[in-house]
Order: sequence, then C-alpha cells, then structure tokens
Amino acid sequence: MIVSFIVNGEGVTARVTTPVSLLDVLRDQLELPGSKSACEQGECGSCSVLLDGALVCACLVMAVDAEGSTVRTVEGIASEGTLHPVQVAMHEAGAVQCGFCTPGIVVAAADLFDRDPTPTTDQIKEAVAGNICRCTGYGAIVRALESVAGERR
Amino acid sequence: MSFMIAGSLEEALTALAAGARPVAGGTDLVVGARQGKAPLPTSLVAIDRLAELTQIEPTDGGIRIGASVTHARLLTDPTIVSDYTALADAAALVGSPSTRNVGTLGGNVMNASPAMDTGAPLMVLGAVAEVQSERGSRTVDLSDLWTGPGQTSAKVDELCVAIDLPSRPARSGSAYVRLEYRRAMEIAVVGAAASVTLADDGTISDGSVALSAVAPTIIEVDGVAELMAGHLPDAVGAAIAAAVAEAAEPISDLRASDSYRRHTVGVMAARAVDAAARRAAGEEISVPVNRAIGVGASR
Ligand SMILES: Cc1cc2nc3c(=O)[nH]c(=O)nc-3n(C[C@H](O)[C@H](O)[C@H](O)COP(=O)(O)OP(=O)(O)OC[C@H]3O[C@@H](n4cnc5c(N)ncnc54)[C@H](O)[C@@H]3O)c2cc1C
Ligand code: FES
Ligand code: FES
Repeated sequence: MIVSFIVNGEGVTARVTTPVSLLDVLRDQLELPGSKSACEQGECGSCSVLLDGALVCACLVMAVDAEGSTVRTVEGIASEGTLHPVQVAMHEAGAVQCGFCTPGIVVAAADLFDRDPTPTTDQIKEAVAGNICRCTGYGAIVRALESVAGERR
Repeated sequence: MSFMIAGSLEEALTALAAGARPVAGGTDLVVGARQGKAPLPTSLVAIDRLAELTQIEPTDGGIRIGASVTHARLLTDPTIVSDYTALADAAALVGSPSTRNVGTLGGNVMNASPAMDTGAPLMVLGAVAEVQSERGSRTVDLSDLWTGPGQTSAKVDELCVAIDLPSRPARSGSAYVRLEYRRAMEIAVVGAAASVTLADDGTISDGSVALSAVAPTIIEVDGVAELMAGHLPDAVGAAIAAAVAEAAEPISDLRASDSYRRHTVGVMAARAVDAAARRAAGEEISVPVNRAIGVGASR
C-alpha cells in the first residue's frame, strides 16, 4: 500500500505493508533515525512522536493508519536552527548519558511545555512517565525540565 | 494482509461481515502481535477516526460514550469527571500519556482483560455496551459481555459502537482505586470501584462495588447495597473488605500471590467506598483518586 502524510512540515509518501510501524517507516525509509526503536511494545517511549498533535509511541502506530496525518518527530522540535528550550536545558543540565532515551524525552517534554509553559514538578514527571531512561538519569532530566518551567515563571 | 480506514460506520460493519477485525488505538492488538500472543489479523479495519464512534453525548437517560473515545478524552471530559468520576479515575491510570492518547474505551472493554481498568468503574456505574452489526444492533449487560480472559459474547461481525451510562442519582459519588507497584506503565495488581448514594441524614442509601484482577473477568460483588444501607460511610469499611475478600477468586502469578490479592482487594474496596462517599457528600477529591489519597508507589 502507498501511504502519504506530512512529517515535520513536508509531505511524504512511502510504500508499506500492513504490519509495518510508523517508526520503521520514519527510520528506514524517510531517513529520520532520531526516533529510537527499543521495546516496540509501547513501554519505553524512545519512539515518541507527535501524531496530529498528540504524543504517541510510533512503534505502535501502523504506518498505513497514518494516512493523511501530520507527524512531528524529534528532528522537527528545533525550529530553523534554534533549539527548543527543552533541548537547551537538557544539554546544559547534563541530562544526557548514553542518549538513547533523549529524543523521546525531548518530544514528550516539548509537547508538555508547548501546552503548559509553567508545569509543576508532578506534571513534569507525569508527562515523561512513559519514557524510560535505561541509564536511570531521571534526577538530571527532571531538574533540566524544572529549570525550563522556572525560567518562565 | 489487507487494511482499510473505515470512512463510515456502515463501511466498518460491512468489513466486519466480510471477516475483517476492528482496530482502534492498536495498543492491545499490536502489542499482542509483537509479544507473540496472537498474530495480527490478516484483514483489519481502522475505526479510531470514525466520527460516529468518537462522540460523548447526553442521552434521555444519561450519557453515551462512543467506543473510540480515548482515555485522554475521558479523564478531561467535564461530565465524566463530575458525574462518572470512577471512570475518569481509571482512564487517568492507564499506561502513560502516549497510551492514553490512542487507547480507547471500546478497545479496553472488548479486549476483556481481567485486569482492565475501566471495567470495574463501568460496572458500578451501571453501563451497558451497544453492539452493532449489519444484522442489527443490541445492548449487552457487561456481566453478559465478558465471558472469560480476553473473551466476549460479541459475535465476530459485531462492533461495540458505544457504552451507555444511566444518569446519576442525587448525592451520589464514585471512585476507582488500583493497587500498583509503580505510578505509570502498570497493570492492576488488584483494583476496586465503588458507587455510593447518600440519604439526607448522611447514611448510605445505595451502593455497589466491582473488582479488577481477582477473577477471570471483572466481577460485581453481590449484597453490597444491603451491607451498606442505613450505615454511615465510616462504619462500613471492615464489612466491605470482608465481603470483597470472600467474593474474590484470585490467582497467584509473578505480580502477587492469591492470598495477597484477596487481602489487598478488600483494602482497595474499602478505600474506594470511602472516596466515593466523600465525593457523594460534595468533597472535591481530584482525579485519579490513587494520587489524591496516596495509594501505590510514592514519588
Ligand atoms: C504500555 C501500555 C500500557 C497499558 N496500560 C494499561 C493500563 O494501565 N490499564 C489498562 O486497562 N490497559 C492498559 N493497556 C492496554 C490498552 O492500552 C487498553 O486496553 C486500551 O484501552 C485498548 O484500546 P485500543 O483502542 O488501543 O485497543 P485495540 O488494540 O485497537 O483493540 C483491542 C481489541 O479490541 C478489539 N476492538 C477494539 N475496538 C473495538 C470495538 N469498538 N468493537 C469491537 N472490538 C473492538 C480489537 O479487535 C482488539 O481485539 C496498556 C497498553 C500498553 C501498550
Ligand atoms: S520502542 Fe516504542 S515505546 Fe519502546
Ligand atoms: S541517557 Fe541512557 S537511556 Fe537515558
């Protein structure tokens, strides 16, 4: 089947079979490897993208079901060379160890801050509750995100 | 393999009659296939974007929730939160934000897991499922719908189109409490939902309790209304816990032993009754009640 959708503002078309996930199409066909593939069961959030504005695990979305949708991946979070405040904060706080979970956390956190500029710590934790950091760098991640909220208060 | 995005309810029902299986959010179906539980059906029809299935609308006698309404919608819908609070409590606990953004009420109900979170709330709120096929439509009591783990009495060509809930009595409240080992991406160790209606003098006039993860299906506990009637909410906890532990038929697995489940489901039920009664009396307890009263994993 042929599927057409918009990724980071650009129209794309891919030839897919039914079981193929949106994640595999992004990574293997569209040269967007920022979204990571790990559990492929919706458990870790390393594949987080925004599908029609909603945070989803791209590993659980069948590519054929993305027909006509608008997708934003981690590659589309910075705008015209300017990093998103979440990316700056993660960098400055050293909230990146091996980096595998980082793209998913950036997408989930950017989604939160784009909806609510000054979330509480509980809301921050809830927003990234579906993102597992295998290096267990949660302390630095939460501090980085708190600093984004703090600057905006 | 064939895949179709249904353009209308009619189209979806035609596809089911021709042997296709429905997929809404895919959070059970796709994960089940990845885990090797069941291969993806060879013919699928996507129902997640059907306008007919994504409405929450008032009815003559209550509210009708389309089968493809997501957990994220349920936990923020003002009517669900104010009047059918136990359902919002449950929706707020499902998976993570990503799971809730795509996972649907219809998918949760039709997947028929004994540990599903929306099931016990729907039962105490008196919900019925509307199922439809090309042959016609009918309503099914939830106790007749769930026949075993992962099994329903719906025929293969039948689609669940909506869940209907009756309007709530005055001075009533509901709550769903889940025992969990962590705060997200968790499956109920056990869970309990309660609905409580209060008389003018503050005693309980009616109520019900249903349980998750302690039987092959979600079960409603018999005799709860009689047990609570005429008593103040503070006085019924121990009796509820005992009746619930008696009704439970839990198994042992890697998450908990049968005896631990039997004990804790009684504790969860007593807390659910307490929270439901406080809500009935007008107290604001935020959704999900698990966080508000500090059940399960701490921060
Ligand atoms: C990471 C993760 C965490 C989770 N956490 C929880 C949790 O905490 N609590 C919980 O209860 N569940 C949880 N789940 C399970 C799942 O997300 C829910 O059961 C969800 O509501 C399923 O909805 P869906 O639309 O994704 O279902 P789908 O996967 O689309 O469908 C599930 C089944 O129901 C059938 N179906 C779907 N819609 C209909 C319909 N309208 N009529 C007839 N049949 C239909 C499908 O054919 C399939 O067999 C979790 C899942 C994941 C991946
Ligand atoms: S790879 Fe998608 S959630 Fe883990
Ligand atoms: S930094 Fe290694 S997984 Fe999070």
